[in-house]
Amino acid sequence: MAFPTFLTVILALPLAGFAIVALTPRRFEEFIKWIAVFFSAVTFVVSLGLLAQPFAQNGGLLWLGKAEWIPSANISYALGVDGVSILLVLLTTLLSPIAILSSWTNITERVKEYYAFMMLLEVGMIGVFVSLDLFLFYIFWEFTLVPMYFLIGIWGGPRRQYAAIKFFLYTMAGSILMLLAILWLGINGGTFYLPDLIANLTIPIETQRILFLAFALAFAIKVPLWPLHSWLPDAHVEAPTAGSVILAGVLLKMGTYGFVRFNLPLFPEASREFAPWIGGLAVIGIIYGAWVSFAQTDVKKLVAYSSVSHLGFVMLGIFSFSSIGIQGAILQMVNHGISTGGLFLIVGMLYERRHTRELDQFGGIWKVMPIYGALSLIIALSSMGLPGLNGFVGEFTILMGSFNSPELGSVWFTILSTLGVIMAAVYLLWMFQKVYLGPLDKDENKKLADVNVREVITLIPLLVFIFWIGLFPDVFFKLMEPSVQALLQNIPAVAMK
Amino acid sequence: MTLPTLETINLLAVMPVLTLVGWGCLVLVFDLFIPATRKYWTAWLTVLGLGLTAIVLAVQAMAFLPGHPQSAFNGMLTVDGFALFLQAIFLLAAFVGVLMALNYLPRRGIERGEYYTLLIFTTTGMMFMSMAADLVVVFLSLELLSIPLYILSGFARPRVDSEESAMKYFLLGAFASGFLVYGIALVYGGTQTTALSGVVKAISGSAPNLPLAIIGLGLILVGLCFKVAAVPFHMWTPDVYQGAPTPVTAFMSVGAKAGGFAAMLRVLVAAFPAISGEWGALIAVIALLTMIVGNFVAISQTDIKRMLAYSSIAHAGYILVALAAAADPKVAPFAVSAALFYLLTYTFTNLGAFALVIAVEKDDGTGTLIDDFAGLGKAKPMMAAAMAVFMLSLVGFPPTAGMVGKWFVFQAAIQASNTNVLLLIVTIVGILTSVVSAFYYMRVIVVMYFRDGAGNAVMRPPLAAATAAMAIGTLALGVIPAPIFQMAQQALLKIAG
Repeated sequence: MAFPTFLTVILALPLAGFAIVALTPRRFEEFIKWIAVFFSAVTFVVSLGLLAQPFAQNGGLLWLGKAEWIPSANISYALGVDGVSILLVLLTTLLSPIAILSSWTNITERVKEYYAFMMLLEVGMIGVFVSLDLFLFYIFWEFTLVPMYFLIGIWGGPRRQYAAIKFFLYTMAGSILMLLAILWLGINGGTFYLPDLIANLTIPIETQRILFLAFALAFAIKVPLWPLHSWLPDAHVEAPTAGSVILAGVLLKMGTYGFVRFNLPLFPEASREFAPWIGGLAVIGIIYGAWVSFAQTDVKKLVAYSSVSHLGFVMLGIFSFSSIGIQGAILQMVNHGISTGGLFLIVGMLYERRHTRELDQFGGIWKVMPIYGALSLIIALSSMGLPGLNGFVGEFTILMGSFNSPELGSVWFTILSTLGVIMAAVYLLWMFQKVYLGPLDKDENKKLADVNVREVITLIPLLVFIFWIGLFPDVFFKLMEPSVQALLQNIPAVAMK
Repeated sequence: MTLPTLETINLLAVMPVLTLVGWGCLVLVFDLFIPATRKYWTAWLTVLGLGLTAIVLAVQAMAFLPGHPQSAFNGMLTVDGFALFLQAIFLLAAFVGVLMALNYLPRRGIERGEYYTLLIFTTTGMMFMSMAADLVVVFLSLELLSIPLYILSGFARPRVDSEESAMKYFLLGAFASGFLVYGIALVYGGTQTTALSGVVKAISGSAPNLPLAIIGLGLILVGLCFKVAAVPFHMWTPDVYQGAPTPVTAFMSVGAKAGGFAAMLRVLVAAFPAISGEWGALIAVIALLTMIVGNFVAISQTDIKRMLAYSSIAHAGYILVALAAAADPKVAPFAVSAALFYLLTYTFTNLGAFALVIAVEKDDGTGTLIDDFAGLGKAKPMMAAAMAVFMLSLVGFPPTAGMVGKWFVFQAAIQASNTNVLLLIVTIVGILTSVVSAFYYMRVIVVMYFRDGAGNAVMRPPLAAATAAMAIGTLALGVIPAPIFQMAQQALLKIAG
């Protein structure tokens, strides 16, 4: 098979950016920043080229390529995208320049290392979504931990070291059993190339369960699925703004993507057996995340816990085993990236001005920063799932998918999750009221500068997608549908849409 | 017994080691005439000799060897791909050993030309070990390997801990050699031959006294396990590694270990395959203990040399896993290649790590605590980056050579676990202990980047060049392992004649 040139180019672009930044003497800070923005923006533009090939009706993999890497161990350098991963790749390439742009005035120390790590991180993230070889996937998966660890640990908040090492060890420990499962699969399947494994390998149900759990542990920690979420609040809160945007926007999706890409196709029977359990944990996460979110006084922590809640929806959608549910889940992955990424951006803007994130310290901000207030409102409403905006489409389709799902087996999953929708409105509106509305009684808040051009530029793309996905989601569903259908066809005896 | 003729002695086949031996004698004599202030001439002379040997080795590998192992010294030595691969590792270790010592010895005030001659001779011992086709040669080369190392350990003469380490190493080493010799004697008693080819015939056929030979094997293993620092014969390692001058420690940790494993691989895989079921289980248990003890005790270390000593024990455990996998005849070729490849990656990584230790170490021999690395991230970013790469490689984190090495070892183990369930447990423990090891390796990274400190480190050009080469090698082998791994796979383990 051919060498995956186009996808390698997409991977190589941020790597080239990294190389240039690494070689630039550290005093040329402005140049470094421009290089970082330039390369990540170029990566985004080039990645749009992935849409050039129409997605095949049978949901096949596009831009596929497989090159020999370590033939004696049956390891190949195989890349490809399909309807499941293309949106996530585009999300990654979209959020990276936005995150880099948002750090412009934020990061003043060790600028060179910061942007170098951001570029490395982008390579790792894209690699996770396009890898079709298990070994390659594992390498990219683990590799993203290193830059993220340093980003949190060096440029983070007061408890950054604790948060960074907790994030690192927690995630690494989770993935280590996945390594074992990958080895088992590769050896028994005779190859590490995913499509061949899916097509040819039949695994007895007992082994399937164990392998499913091994993979699921790694992914569940990443998502994070309750109760494996305790690394998340620390990591999100202590990370610098751009770090939180990337962490919430992309890294968490790696976990949910893993479930769709690996657990469901490779271990179909075990997945269906575990569906109600995972669904149950998801629902607990939805409610727990929302509940704890409401109790927070630190805005960033509030948003962090909201991620647990939102991704519970995604997990519910995936394990509903319905086409509409899984499509909704993937769309919601993108939506969460956009809205929570946006939330972290606006929290970051506020923090840059006031150096505090306590809800009590604000109030009446909208009066002083009108444009900022308007943009924040749209993003908050999107996260809440207001009809007409992106969040609603995702949540609605997920709930539709889980409603009659035979795998989940009970309407209570849907009913309790709908509670989560209401609770999301509660904590987000509460947050909005405390920060933006109400009397402007704190002196420090009276002289805050409104958003500048650069900050607006970071938010505009998000707003575009918030409205686009919310009002005209069909084009996105068309992208996903063939691949999701193909995925479900491989899972025996699938029920309704 | 046939009398040796010029043909059976086959000096041409052993040209590399003969070159080195001759050169060693040359350096020994020349050193007498080199003034005390110019001892670096001896060093460069040694480098020249090593280079010459490497050229001869390369010529031999390309011109004379492909596919045809040769035997020398009347069948007591066999020159096959296995030996050549290992000899390349030994020469590399020796070369870096010289570079590391070039500025270290004068700094510590212990510069003597004998250092370099001893280094050469111990390398020749290692080279003989890799070619051993007879148990007596195993013993001889073990002594030739060890005795210079005993002296080298005590090189930092006025310091008590150096002298103590030499004494400890010598006494325990002599004891272990005693076990080895007694074992050889028992094998001889049981099989009426000391040649490995004869032993293999006797064991699988009609050994006069098989139980005696097996007991002999056990004793031989004791001696060899001492050399590679396997549990429970590892007690000497921390004290010796800590007390010896750091370049000696670096060289020892890599070269002596590779030499010991060369012997174990030859003796076990090539000579005793008939009872592989038994020694496979035994080695698996030793591997289990070694990985657990090495990793867990390393956590509590505060001195970096001691920590690296326990890490060395742990890595010996991982290689033992490959050795245990080699007990399965179907998996043996892959397992032996995995072990060889791991030794190479370990060489690059460990030499690099010790190079950084030398850089941070002060002139009086102090400065070897992990805390002495504090602030290195800010003060010397390139050095800290190199150390970070080495630490990540020791953990087994992508995209480093250490990860690929571990991958192959675990792959071999899982392939062999079809015949030996113990290996599955060993692999799981191996993977879990890798996570444990992340704790103490990451601690070095944490101290370098997140603690404030002076970050004093001095690297003169020879050391800097060596470190750079090791870092590049670590990363390169991690990304493109296939060519070297293929070389390791072609290094077939045959007994000539």
